[in-house]
Amino acid sequence: MAIKIKVNGAQRTVDVDSDTPLLWVLRDLLGLTGTKFGCGMALCGACTVHIDGIATRSCVTPIDSIGSSKVTTIEAIGATAAGARIQKAWLDREVVQCGYCQSGQIMSATALIESNPRPTDSDIDDAMSGNICRCGTYVRIREAIKQASGQ
Amino acid sequence: MITRPLTSRRRFLEAAATAGGGLMLNFCLPFAGGDAEAADGFAPNAFIRVERDGRITLVMPYVEMGQGTYTAIPMLIAEELEVDLKQVQLEHAPPNEKLYGNPALGGIQATGNSNAIRAAWQPLRQAGAVARTMLVSAAARRWNVDPGSCRAQSGEVLHAPTSRRFKYGELAADAARLPVPENVAVKRPEDFKLIGTPARRLDTPAKVNGTAVYGIDVRPPGVKIATLAQSPVFGGRVKSVNDAAAKAVKGVRQIVRLDDAVAVIADHMGAAKKGLAALVIDWDDGPHAGLTTEAIVGELEKATLNPGAVAQNIGDADKAMAGAVTKVEATYRVPFLAHAAMEPMNCTVHVRKEGCEVWVGSQVLARAQAAAAKTAGLPLDKVVVHNHLIGGGFGRRLEIDGVVRAVQIGQHVDGPVKVVWTREEDIQHDMYRPCFFDRMSAGLDETGRPAAWNHRFAGSSILARWLPPAFNKGLDPDTTEGAIDLVYALPNMHVEYSRVEPAAVPTAFWRSVGPSHNVFVVESFMDELANAARQDPLTYRLLLIDKARAKAVLALAAEKAGWGRQLPERVGRGISVQFAFANYIAYVAEVAVAKDGSIRVRRVVCAVDCGTVVNPDIVRAQIQGAAIFGITAALYGDITLKNGRVEQANFGTYQMLRMNEAPVIEVHIVPSREAPGGMGEPGTSAIAPAVTNAIFAATGKRLRKLPIDTTALKQPVDP
Repeated sequence: MAIKIKVNGAQRTVDVDSDTPLLWVLRDLLGLTGTKFGCGMALCGACTVHIDGIATRSCVTPIDSIGSSKVTTIEAIGATAAGARIQKAWLDREVVQCGYCQSGQIMSATALIESNPRPTDSDIDDAMSGNICRCGTYVRIREAIKQASGQ
Repeated sequence: MITRPLTSRRRFLEAAATAGGGLMLNFCLPFAGGDAEAADGFAPNAFIRVERDGRITLVMPYVEMGQGTYTAIPMLIAEELEVDLKQVQLEHAPPNEKLYGNPALGGIQATGNSNAIRAAWQPLRQAGAVARTMLVSAAARRWNVDPGSCRAQSGEVLHAPTSRRFKYGELAADAARLPVPENVAVKRPEDFKLIGTPARRLDTPAKVNGTAVYGIDVRPPGVKIATLAQSPVFGGRVKSVNDAAAKAVKGVRQIVRLDDAVAVIADHMGAAKKGLAALVIDWDDGPHAGLTTEAIVGELEKATLNPGAVAQNIGDADKAMAGAVTKVEATYRVPFLAHAAMEPMNCTVHVRKEGCEVWVGSQVLARAQAAAAKTAGLPLDKVVVHNHLIGGGFGRRLEIDGVVRAVQIGQHVDGPVKVVWTREEDIQHDMYRPCFFDRMSAGLDETGRPAAWNHRFAGSSILARWLPPAFNKGLDPDTTEGAIDLVYALPNMHVEYSRVEPAAVPTAFWRSVGPSHNVFVVESFMDELANAARQDPLTYRLLLIDKARAKAVLALAAEKAGWGRQLPERVGRGISVQFAFANYIAYVAEVAVAKDGSIRVRRVVCAVDCGTVVNPDIVRAQIQGAAIFGITAALYGDITLKNGRVEQANFGTYQMLRMNEAPVIEVHIVPSREAPGGMGEPGTSAIAPAVTNAIFAATGKRLRKLPIDTTALKQPVDP
């Protein structure tokens, strides 16, 4: 069935089953491949996007649950102030190795500092522990979040 | 392209006028196994192009998996060429084993064994220096001045006395016509401007804004998405498939049945997964339906009761053992491990009658091409492979099983198809770090020193399959690394290895390979000996080490970690040291053991001597990441088999260390002018024994099996 969603400010229409996870609509139908597939079960956070600013695992988010909410992906997060700060901190701190999980990390971190401008270590643990990095960049992710939040 | 080979050094370096009139310097990395001649008259392993617009292009035989090779390798050339790093552009080398074969890996075109910097260190700098010299000569000729009065800087040649300058691009055509100088000295380390600096990585901007293209991101026009189910039992076959429900799923286009797998081809992965779930597959489990981990380990244990191939023999360990004052014996076990790279296995193919196109992130491009050609029944030159960024390699992308699968499926599909494995398939059909069983014994003399050291172990040899000629007389250099080349001066040492391949379970390289197993065993057992000798583990090791660089890293790590300082109850420090991949690394781990046995690695201090440091920030990043990788395995890594199937399936059952568990990690680099070592892998191995030695210090419990069994660490309740 035809389903309308608003992604990165643009209205899009896709014809898929209503229970299709948002992740596949973004990647395979809309060509927004910056959002990554890691586990398909909300266990790794690689697929994290924002839905109305809330960090959300797109791999378990049915397309028909989105309604008129706004979906923001890694491709557009740099247009937000928090997203741009996080991306800059990621580069300044040389967080990235293979980079595959980093779209999700950046989306989680951006949502964190948007809702909590000066997160503590414990806040960072709570917000970021759903995002796995196999390269083990956690030490630098923590530093980068602190930089981006002016700490 | 017109080439003008040199007579004396033509296999090393050759100047060529490119079609565009630029300067092209072709050079062979030292691992030129075959003849560098090719269809064009000369074809290098890698080459520098200086375009008229000043751009420098370097064709890379190494692939970027996060290890930073796309930054560190260009740094070598940019240093000597006197260009800014941002002026260097990279191109993937195409698959061509003759040109890009890596002799350190048997002539195979591979990125692995942490050897890119080691292999490129001399020739890439040399090539850069020669190019710079020729550009300077070209400028000097135009100005009719002594080349000695000119210098190169930031992509230009300057004549300081007259304040004249030419950009490299303006000189490229002239430089290409000059004879290649025979002897050009590379810079002295004290003159390095770039090498040794924390230069910014070149691959990261695209990785923070979603534009980086990994293999899984390619979208050739009309591409369909496929996912698959492979026989859950290793060696099983498809008996029958009922695909009626799967075909009814919206977006599902086709079901492809192979001998041992079934694939669903769809418009998108959501439909493909839904279709896969709707398939009813009846499997013929085959001969391994009863296989268990216990049976495999039992075979290994049995093998260690008999002599293996002698991997190391120094002095006379038997005789020394007979005269020992104290004898210490122990057995150790390490498990199968999955790679679990964040980018699940995937490969996109377009198989046609007349040719095949492959899009993949691979550590072995030429093998990928050959595998696709063989599977499709096509000549090699009809297979085009496009390489992409890799979302985590760790050894998994040194295998071509994913390419073979994709071509098998693609042969049945009209048009391009991207085969994406679910995470469950990725974990249950990985090729695993082998499990090993180790039998250790030592005899201590009256001072407590090991007069005799015996180590016998059994497990899979990956090289015996991956590179058969490297397996000789029952031994291969990977499986024994870290067991036979200790930092300790042991007067009587005997090491034996028995190759025992686990029935049906595929094994493969896993970050740090042999040392990932051997260093755990050796450094744990060394701790046991220190304890038996009633000596401090640090002091004991320092007494036995005769290599200055090993001593230095050990002492530095201990000092920075505050070795010997008081810790709370059930908190301990553990130490380890290793030599691997031409580096010396020491770790001190600080571990807290809770009353329920759960453990927390609180702090990790590493000291590393990796020779000349090309990029210290990448060295630090690799250690930080490798420590996490090693702790993850030590705490959680365990692939087990029951009824011939892998029991773990996704990150719920194959756990990863997460942010809330990540320790503070400090990295201290020892300055050195030795040749550089490889940094991608070695930090992984020495961390596990540092952690288990810390647990011993905290609790008195010696853990000889990985992963760590926290139930053994529960504090007994007071009666």
